[in-house]
Parts: sequence; structure tokens; C-alpha cells
Amino acid sequence: MSAPGNGAKPFDVIGRTHERRDALGHVNGSTTFSGDVSFPRICHMKAVRSPVAHARIRGVDFSAAEKVPGFVTSLTAADVPKNVYTILCLIGVEPDEEQVLAAERVRYKGEPVAVVVAETETAAFEAAAKVQLDLEELPAVFDVEEALEPDAPIVTHWGTNYFVYEGHHCRRVRHGDAPAAREQADRVITGRYQMSPIEHAPVEPTGCVAKPEADGRVTVYTNTQAIFFSLDNTAIILQVPPHKLRFIGGSVGGGFGGKVDVIVEPLATLAAMRTGRPIRYVYTREEEMQVSSTRSANRIYITDGVMDDGTIVSREVTSYEDAGAYSRHTPYGCTKHAANASGPYTIPNVSIDVHCVFTNRTPSSAMRGFGVTEASFALEMQMDRIARELEIDPWELRLRNAYRNGDERPYGKTTADATLVETMHAAAEMAGVELSAELRAMTSNDRGQVAE
Amino acid sequence: MTLLRGRGMAAVNYPTGMNLGGDPSQALIHSTPTGAFMITLSSVDLGQGLRTVMAQIGAETLGVPLETVQVDTADSDTGPHCMGTFASRATHRVGNAIIAAANEAKEVLLEVAADELEAAPEDVETDGEGNIRVVGVPQRSIPIADVALAAHFKHGRSISGRGMYTKPKSEVDPETGAMDPDSTEAHACTIAEVEVDTETGHVRVLSLKSAYEVGRALNPALVEGQITGGTWMGMSHALYETTAPYYPETDHAPDDFSHYLMPGAAELPEIESTILEIPSANGPFGMKGVGEMTANSPIPAIANAVTDAIGVQITELPITPEKILRALEEAA
Repeated sequence: MSAPGNGAKPFDVIGRTHERRDALGHVNGSTTFSGDVSFPRICHMKAVRSPVAHARIRGVDFSAAEKVPGFVTSLTAADVPKNVYTILCLIGVEPDEEQVLAAERVRYKGEPVAVVVAETETAAFEAAAKVQLDLEELPAVFDVEEALEPDAPIVTHWGTNYFVYEGHHCRRVRHGDAPAAREQADRVITGRYQMSPIEHAPVEPTGCVAKPEADGRVTVYTNTQAIFFSLDNTAIILQVPPHKLRFIGGSVGGGFGGKVDVIVEPLATLAAMRTGRPIRYVYTREEEMQVSSTRSANRIYITDGVMDDGTIVSREVTSYEDAGAYSRHTPYGCTKHAANASGPYTIPNVSIDVHCVFTNRTPSSAMRGFGVTEASFALEMQMDRIARELEIDPWELRLRNAYRNGDERPYGKTTADATLVETMHAAAEMAGVELSAELRAMTSNDRGQVAE
Repeated sequence: MTLLRGRGMAAVNYPTGMNLGGDPSQALIHSTPTGAFMITLSSVDLGQGLRTVMAQIGAETLGVPLETVQVDTADSDTGPHCMGTFASRATHRVGNAIIAAANEAKEVLLEVAADELEAAPEDVETDGEGNIRVVGVPQRSIPIADVALAAHFKHGRSISGRGMYTKPKSEVDPETGAMDPDSTEAHACTIAEVEVDTETGHVRVLSLKSAYEVGRALNPALVEGQITGGTWMGMSHALYETTAPYYPETDHAPDDFSHYLMPGAAELPEIESTILEIPSANGPFGMKGVGEMTANSPIPAIANAVTDAIGVQITELPITPEKILRALEEAA
């Protein structure tokens, strides 16, 4: 436990309620969010989006759009210096695959093919609507398991609809021998669980204002959740030295993972550099709902080997994470999911396969509880299924199998911070759930390996 | 019409920090000439109250009044690098960086104060009220404002500190999945009570009672805020939200809040919670990340309560009235 330095005794600032410093400003509307920032001569950006889920782009015609009063300029893939990238390249993830603006093929409904810039937001909407897309529609795939069938339409440019983890077609965890243990189990209990794709639904939509400065730099006022991550990715996409960019943010009207994608900043910055004018690019609510990333809709299959006394001897999990058309943060999310896919229980034999699957859906990405929410949902429904089949009290089943400090996790780490048993005891007490003396006596340290 | 009642529970863990680590954050602190302290970050406040908690951590570590600590955040020209606000990492990572920065600044502060008080640096301490005093001799005391003035204009010392925190990146063994994914784990357990109308399929959540083990609640009201918001989000996820109501089909996609439903105030049950504090080894003051976890346990707890009520397990989210009516029809 960290403590103040120089031997001073702890003060009482920590552990007490202090009013949030921004509370009043948020409530009375005086907080400045990035969308409130404005400058003289500001222009507005809107995207031209694919109306279909999968198509070859034969042509883009701006002639009607350019006649809209207030039209300033347009950008297509040819204008973006590094148009194909992957957001996690900063932590070494490959390959580059997402198009900032679609060049030859659109892979999901709503994928941007171009952006237009106009003097007013209304003119930008009108000009975007008047851009003519000539598309040749292609067969699309929307289901994670269908996407892995041999004859499925291929979404990616490398020819398979899955992400490759160091030579493996999925992220694996292997601990003990789960199939052998299942053979020896009294019962085998299976379940299939389906998450829904959900929207981050921030009060403040994703957006930014990019302002060219007299010294040749561009200042970007953004509601990103990660200032330098957005700055560095923007520099990579635009192939400009990072010191040419300054990102300012800090007060965000809800993120929930949706503002870790870097979507609006590169195009607004590029247009600001091209036009020499400040550019505002803010998503509409419709874009937030249907174009911005969703939570991945995991499909999770669980096969548990269980003894009649409720001991879980094996757990095999096959999970399909629906990345949609592009990786974004999903390859990372699959690894986090794999680490958590056997739950807070000590099971001696575990086998986990997490597939990062590409479909012609809106890309999914980071969202609150990334990879873990999905696992918790499936596992805790599965635990109840086991309890019902064995006619064991669900509290007893969980408390008996709950991980204890000193236990080895399936990914090889020794458990040190387990308090599941104590947390369950506290919940049972507040809800008036009666637990037997034996269950009450359990602790997270009762296997004796580690004491706090 | 029959109203069926059910109760369900779920128990979960939640990892703190970016999966596999490798996600550094930094903090800089300096004193103004009159003894206010500026914490400079590039971290982002998403509405959870990061600025307030970061000021608390700085004030606690420095031993100065909270109101004298300001937090400047999220300007890439002035704030040192932060990986970002996600993965329940900000308070853990940035908080640890602030403790390191504050300790470095405090060392200078105490050295200058000791000089002014004609005492040894190890014999002086901050009093938490804006002064530095000789240990055991409270009348030998000097206001921090005077120490800062002396540091600036007499001693030529910069009362400042740099802080950095990172968990070294863990690699994943591609064969076995061996890895070190997290810094610590928080825990939650939720008990849900529901009432299902078999005529309409409507689920009314009657109560959500949860225990949360958070390591240490650095600001209890802000933890409570996370809990209340997260519980609502979990309930919404379980019963209402989807961008593809007939997933994997793509039709009936909502594009605004009149079609993308969420529970309103009228739908909310009484939300009760209790907080356990079992300190982590590496979180600032023992904290664990709680932001994301609060939305997780309500989802399966509500799903399990619906199963308990209707006797059929619906395993596809969200559990809408349509799915309930179809499940009941099939079971009949």
C-alpha cells in the first residue's frame, strides 16, 4: 500500500467525499466541451457513407455537391497520406487494414467514402447528400460462425475472416487437460450465450475542432479518451511530425470506450491543413448509433465438466468476438476476454479459444468492461445452469469453486487479490440470503497459501 | 395475466489496468510562488471525477489543503504522456504517478522549510492545513506560502516533482496463453429481484442489491456515482439496449433514443450497495479500478432472476418482452 512519503502520518483527504470540481459547471452548462469551441471562419465536415454493407466502389461523383452554395472542399482516400492503418499499430498490432476513407471497397454500411467541407453545417449535410456513389454490391456476411465457413464472403484484404495470433487462428489459453478431465467428470454441462452489440451512447457525441495555427501547427480540440494516442495516430495517418500537432481535451461528456477510436481527428486535421481554416467534425446521433463502434456481440459456447458435488473439473470456452469490418481494438479485447473467460473460479483444467472474427458489420471496438463484461455474462448464466442441473444452491456452487489467494489462474499467474468470497458474503448479508455456517466460514485465504 | 417473481445473483471479478500492462502515465507537480500546487497531466476526465480524485491524491501525499491543489489536464503541449482513460486504469496509473511526483516535490518543500525553521529536513512535517512544523514542536511552524516564496526568491529552489507509473508489458505465450493481464482485481456481487408479466413479457426490476470490493474508496461519493451509473447501464444492457434487435440480422436498426431504448427514472428499481475495502498491494492508497465493473454483475444477475421467474433460460441479450413471450410460448 502506497503511503505519503517522508514518514508523515496519513491525512484525511483520501477516503472522504469531496465535491467534484466540475460538478456545478456540468450541471449549469458552463463547462466548455470540445464541441463548444469555435473560431471565426470555421467550416463544417460531414461524411459520405456507404448505404450498403459490402460493395466495390466504381466511382464517386462530386459534381452536384460542388454546386451547393457554401461548398469548400472534399477529401477522398487519395488525399489521405497513410489511408490504410490499424489503430493499435502503436502497440505493435498488425496488419494495417482499416481505411480512413474507403478506396476500392466498402466493408460495412456507413463506412465513409469521402468527406465534404462547407461553410455551414447545413451546406455540409446537403453537399454530402449530393455526392453520387457508384457501387457494385457484393455478398456480405453478418454472422460470426457463418464468416468462418469456407465459402463465406471474405471481408479482409488478407483472405481470412479471422485475426491471426502468432500463427494461431484464435487467442488460446491452455491449463491442465480439459478434454481428458471432461471425460472423467460426472456430468458435462453446456451453454451458448449471445451478447448484443450495444452503443456507448455518450451524452456528448464524438467530435473535434481542428484549427490551423500561424506557426504551421494544428491545434485539435477533441473529446478523445486518450490525448497522445489520438495525436500519435493522427500523425501516422497524416504522415506529419507529431510536434506539428497539439491536442487539447480533458472534459469529456461520457466515453465508455467509444472515444478511444481515432476517427474524427485525422480528417478534420487534414482538412484544416488543406483549407487553412478551422474545421468542426462532430458525429450526429444517428452516426453515433449506427456508424461509430459498438460493443462486440460475442457468441460464447461453454462446456463444463462437473462432479456431482459441484466441483468444476474442466471448463472449455469457445468465444467468437464480432469485430465487424475492421480490427480497431478487438484483437486486444479478445486477449483480455481470453484471460477472463474462465471466471473468478479455480478450475484445474481450462481450455479457451477466442476468435476475433471479421464480418460486414459496423466495427466493434473498446467498450466498458471490454472482453470481461461478455465473459461475466456468459459464465454467471452458466453457473446458474450448473446449479439448476445439479440442484445445488447457486451461492454454494460459486463459493465452493471461487478462486482463493495462492491458486494458479489458467494464464499462469498466482492469485493474490481475490476477495470474491468476502464480497459474496457481504452481498448475501445485505440481501438477507441465509448461508450455511460452512459457507460463512469460507475466506479467500482458506487454502492457506497466501495471507494479505 | 400472471406476474411471476424471480431472484438471481451473479458474482464477478474485474481486472485493473490495460490488459497485459505496458500502459504508462506521468504526472508533473510544481508549486506556485505562493504555495499553491499545480498537477499537470494529459489524462482525461470522462465525467467520473478524475480531476477531483487526482487533486485528493496530490493533497494527501503532499500533506497540504485540498483546495490549494489544482489539476491541469489533457493538453499535449504541457501535460506529460498518459496512455488514456480506459480499462479502469486512470486512478491506478495516474494516481501512482502523482504520488511519485508529489513525494519528489515534497522533499524540496521540506528541505526549504527546514532551512527556514533552522531544523533538519527529517525533523519537519506538513500539517495538512497549509503549514510546515517541527515534529513535536507545533509552535515552530511556517506557512507553506512563505516556504514557497523563500524557495523561489531566496533559495533558488524549484519545488517540483516528476512522477511515472507503468506496469511492464507482459507478452502472451501463444501456445498456453500464459500472461500477466492485470495489476489487481476488484469484485462485485449483485442480487436482482424481478417481476415478469407473462401477458406482455415486460420485466420490472424490483431491486438491485450489490456488494463491491474496491480496495479503497478514495472518494466515496464518486464511487457511489460509478455504482449508480454502472448498475443502471447493466440493467439497460440486460433488458433494453441493442443496435441490432434481431442480431445477426441487420434490420430494425435504431438511429436515435426513441428507438434505442434505455430505462428511464420510472423503470429504475431501488439500488442498494455496500462497499468493502480490502486494499490492493499496488493501487494508490490501496484502491482498485471500479469504473467498468459496476455494470457487469447486474447483467447476469437480472438474467438469472428472469430464469428464476419464468423457468426458461433466455441466453441472448437483451432479454426483451418479445424474447420472453416467444420463450414462454415455446415452453408451453
